[in-house]
Amino acid sequence: MSKTVLTIDDSRTMREMLNHALVEAGYRVLQAVDGVEGLEVLEANGDVIDVVITDINMPRLDGFGVIEGVRASPAHRATPILVLTTESDAAKKERARSAGATGWIVKPFNPVKLVDAVRRVAA
Amino acid sequence: MDPFESIKQTFFQECDELLTDAEQGLLAMESGDADSETINAVFRAVHSVKGGAGAFGLEDLIRFAHVFETVMDEVRSGQMALTDEVAKTLLRAFDVLADHVNAARDGGKVDETRSTGMLDELKALIGQEGEDEDLGGDEDFGFVPQAFAMDLDDDSAPPAVELELDAPEPVLDAPAPEVAGPNVWRIEFAPKSEMYGKANEAGLVLRELARLGETEVVYDDSHLPPLDQLSAETAYLTWTIRLTSDCDYEAVHEVFEFVEDDCDLTIVNENPNGAGAPVAELSDDDRAAASASAPLDLDALLARVAGGDAPAPEAAPEPVLEAAPEPEPEAEPVEIEAEATAPGGDVASLIALAQSVETPAAPKAKAAAATPPPAAAAAAAAPAGLPAPATIRVDLDRVDRLINAVGELVIQQAMLSQRVLESGLARSSNVALGLEDLELLTREIQDSVMAIRAQPVKSVFQRMPRLAREVADMTGKRVKLIMEGEGTEVDKTVIERLTDPITHMLRNAIDHGLEDPEGRVAAGKPAEGVVRLRALHRGGRIVIELQDDGRGINRPRVRGIAVEKGLITEDAVLSDEEIDNLIFLPGFSTAAVISDISGRGVGMDVVRRSIQGLGGRISISSEPGKGSKFTMSLPLTLAVLDGMVVTGADQTLVAPLSAIIESLTPRVEDVHYIGGKDAVIRIRDTFVPLIDVGVALGFRDTPIPPASGVAVLVESEGGGKAALLVEAIQGQRQVVIKSLEANYQQIDGVAAATILGDGRVALILDVDALVTSTRRKPAARNEKRLAS
Repeated sequence: MSKTVLTIDDSRTMREMLNHALVEAGYRVLQAVDGVEGLEVLEANGDVIDVVITDINMPRLDGFGVIEGVRASPAHRATPILVLTTESDAAKKERARSAGATGWIVKPFNPVKLVDAVRRVAA
Repeated sequence: MDPFESIKQTFFQECDELLTDAEQGLLAMESGDADSETINAVFRAVHSVKGGAGAFGLEDLIRFAHVFETVMDEVRSGQMALTDEVAKTLLRAFDVLADHVNAARDGGKVDETRSTGMLDELKALIGQEGEDEDLGGDEDFGFVPQAFAMDLDDDSAPPAVELELDAPEPVLDAPAPEVAGPNVWRIEFAPKSEMYGKANEAGLVLRELARLGETEVVYDDSHLPPLDQLSAETAYLTWTIRLTSDCDYEAVHEVFEFVEDDCDLTIVNENPNGAGAPVAELSDDDRAAASASAPLDLDALLARVAGGDAPAPEAAPEPVLEAAPEPEPEAEPVEIEAEATAPGGDVASLIALAQSVETPAAPKAKAAAATPPPAAAAAAAAPAGLPAPATIRVDLDRVDRLINAVGELVIQQAMLSQRVLESGLARSSNVALGLEDLELLTREIQDSVMAIRAQPVKSVFQRMPRLAREVADMTGKRVKLIMEGEGTEVDKTVIERLTDPITHMLRNAIDHGLEDPEGRVAAGKPAEGVVRLRALHRGGRIVIELQDDGRGINRPRVRGIAVEKGLITEDAVLSDEEIDNLIFLPGFSTAAVISDISGRGVGMDVVRRSIQGLGGRISISSEPGKGSKFTMSLPLTLAVLDGMVVTGADQTLVAPLSAIIESLTPRVEDVHYIGGKDAVIRIRDTFVPLIDVGVALGFRDTPIPPASGVAVLVESEGGGKAALLVEAIQGQRQVVIKSLEANYQQIDGVAAATILGDGRVALILDVDALVTSTRRKPAARNEKRLAS
């Protein structure tokens, strides 16, 4: 049984990249286009999702909202969340961390690093 | 297409969408209509462009997008006031950004002076004049474009982990420099509760360390309470790990990247000079043996924790676990994990780890290590700039709004023309000539707008070859399907509803039309039959033809069946064409043997009804022994309708032309009343209900005398017939359909409304509902009287 990663990003390009790299590495991938959809997908498939990867800047609900939503949910609070960020902006990363992000992936990422990060948080 | 190129194309497609959004947002910003979400959306768009560009190493684009993004960031955070000047600068910068995207796609280059000049203007806004494009010290951005490919030379990643994503091959095959010997890292790791709150797990950290080299893990469970006092999210355990590995401090430290702020961590090299650590000289076999000789007694551990047997404070001997970092290839990775992580985390994760069956990446990762990753090869060989199709994605809603507005425009234009004509202005006057030009322009706009919703019929046609093969197989026929005009476009809604009729007709053509191979050869034809499916535009409609070279319609037989079924009288005089068209009558089937494929009573009436439902017509021409040709003609869009404009109860009404069979003036002697009330009219030996439209729609209570009006014989989609009694017929006209439900509410007997050239609203009759209503008399009178 391969593990499942939920990717939440409003950029189609980014979703495709994540999808490609993760599938290559043997993961199943679910996708959502913004935070709201992400939480909906998680709610519907929570029992099979092992890791969540989320962008920060997104319409409707941003990455911080996703983290808060997941951590506030009794059923999914233990799901690891990786945030995608291009900013070295310590404040943003710190805010994600204090909201409960498990780790982060700096864009642009290379697939090895991405898969590394996922493996490091996937039980 | 290889994934790298495919994703790159996606990127440029998305860029087009993002740029469109950004431009609209920027225009709104310029006109002062932008709310914070609009500004945010522009920021996100530029941000996404930069992100994608970064992944593909498009340096010029990255550089420009970065500065643009920085400015947008300041605007959205309110650090920079959105003055008119700023908005205008952003719009001009946008044009340069769009040029950069195009240049990146087409492999061109943006005019250096223009780009640099614009960059300077943007930098001036954020007070970075004259600064180099070092991205404002954004170290993460680093300007080392990391192409989206397996980067095998990434020196910041730990060796061995890089390629072998899960089950490293023995690294010792490539021995580390013997001079220094491996490092021996002593790591003290004491997680805090916060670490677990973020879904990090000590067990996973230990697993990662085990990948770097040989680990010797000692855990301290002296703070572990009995089970009944155990809180799943409190950190009780601490670890001391001795890692023997060639890796440097950075590699070890990186393992703790996500957790270092949530734990107490010490990393010390106990062998700074690397003087011969004996462990490093172990062969793989030795390692395996060592690992096997120190199996983890999970059961005992679990029993102890579950039994609340907390270790006595003085319990000095702590379990020492050895985890071999490089299992022999056959070893199940999970065993190693369990060993490495068993002491960690809470009880739940302990059990979870013990039960975990596999790791996700193992098999694939090995494969990736064995062969060069395709993406890397692709990156190297990526051809410069494939032409990406320039497309935009638009909500169907928006298109429909546009279509609606253009419909209004057409009506308005027609009204204007009519009024000018009525005012007595000469046709040669400037106004009249100008109006003529306007009319041409309006039509062109209407056609262009309709074309937005149009799609090629290909999506329907492409399913047909397979269907043809299947039907041919089942019937033992041999058939060659030739398709033409797949690119012919028609409204999306029409396309969706074309599939069934075409499917049906193709089945019929093969099942009933074509002879079997022997029969064909006997008739002097090739054993393989030919069915031709064609689509073309003709006279503002789409025409679909389905032609076979089979036996053609057997007219004596068709006639015989029609007589037998009582559809025509024995002495009826019918032309060949009329006989051919008998097959469209309900319940008619010419197949001597009812086959499974076409189903029972495969009447072509089913096909005709669905075509009529789309406002279309269908006809057949046939030549005995040579084959048949079905021709369907459909409107290009369901937004306009060919209608017959009639007057009923002083209202102007429209009946869909496709439903009308004929119109006639009723003779008094042909009209009869059933039960003294319900009128029927005799039309050529059949009686059909005569419906006074004014009464049916509730405009008046008593019907007009039949002889004073006109009866319009209509046929519903269900095949039922009725004669609609109206006062007069005004003529045929193409009308733009306006939904009544969207503007008012649904009314029985009325399908929609339209606005005529003179500006009056006219209701479009729902023939089906009117015909059906006579079947379930007494029909409830419409409660609502329509205001005229």
